[in-house]
Amino acid sequence: MDQKEHIEALKDIRQMMQRSVRFLSLSGLSGIFAGIYALAAAYLAYLKLESGAGRTDARGTLIYLMALALGCLILAIGTAFFFTRKNARKKGLKLWDESAKLAFINLSIPLATGGLFAIALIRAGAIGFVAPATLVFYGLALINASRHTFPMIRQLGILEILLGLIAAFVSGHGILFWAIGFGLLHIVYGLFMYFKFERA
Amino acid sequence: MKEWVHQLNKAFENRVRLGIMSVLMVNEAVSFNRLKELLGVTDGNLASHLRALEKLEYVEMKKTFLDRKSHTTYDVSTLGRKAFTEHLNALESLLKP
Repeated sequence: MDQKEHIEALKDIRQMMQRSVRFLSLSGLSGIFAGIYALAAAYLAYLKLESGAGRTDARGTLIYLMALALGCLILAIGTAFFFTRKNARKKGLKLWDESAKLAFINLSIPLATGGLFAIALIRAGAIGFVAPATLVFYGLALINASRHTFPMIRQLGILEILLGLIAAFVSGHGILFWAIGFGLLHIVYGLFMYFKFERA
Repeated sequence: MKEWVHQLNKAFENRVRLGIMSVLMVNEAVSFNRLKELLGVTDGNLASHLRALEKLEYVEMKKTFLDRKSHTTYDVSTLGRKAFTEHLNALESLLKP
């Protein structure tokens, strides 16, 4: 074996280790679109609250906001699935493999916990803490899943947690922090991932 | 003595075996099908390399029964981990000028 073969062997090893642990088909485009949906939803929520509907019809407004958030989540997951499947096909990988499963399960545990916790907050009337709580739990979910996908997802998770904590102490700007965390950060990281891993 | 430490292990010269060891080093209880999918090799090819690694006691096979269907998984042994790490160190040291 000569020098070149040794380099090839090391490259093979690294690639196998990565591919078997990390789910690398995740497309940056899904982040960009999720961010756009979140910004649109935040804008609609802002308009609704500005109209003063929160005081005249509190229950209706709450249902409107929850439907908005849920619609946003479903659209984001659907889009992520679409682009990620396309990306996996392009790379000749299976979409739903062991690493994808691990990433998904590790993401889902803190995320579902956060969702239920947010419902408990709404029931208790602590509406102001819904945005901070969803940001913090989402950040924890990302950190938890990052071992099984791109390492930069961990960074994104830390930023979401910080944003959530700031939002928890600065009251009254829930929608703004929500728009930054779920909108802006998704777009920034999505663009970065797209140009770094998919366009190259 | 130093020369001996930096020797490449013949058992890992084959690409399939290198692949098997790489996957098992970072994953627990990997199934036969998962290995096949990751390495993109045929059943027979994979089986023969796994058998060779088992014979050297670098890899351990575990058979469990799930709903009466046998499920075979593979793990790297302590000996295998040591041998592969030494092989990696040897590869790296050979690349250093």
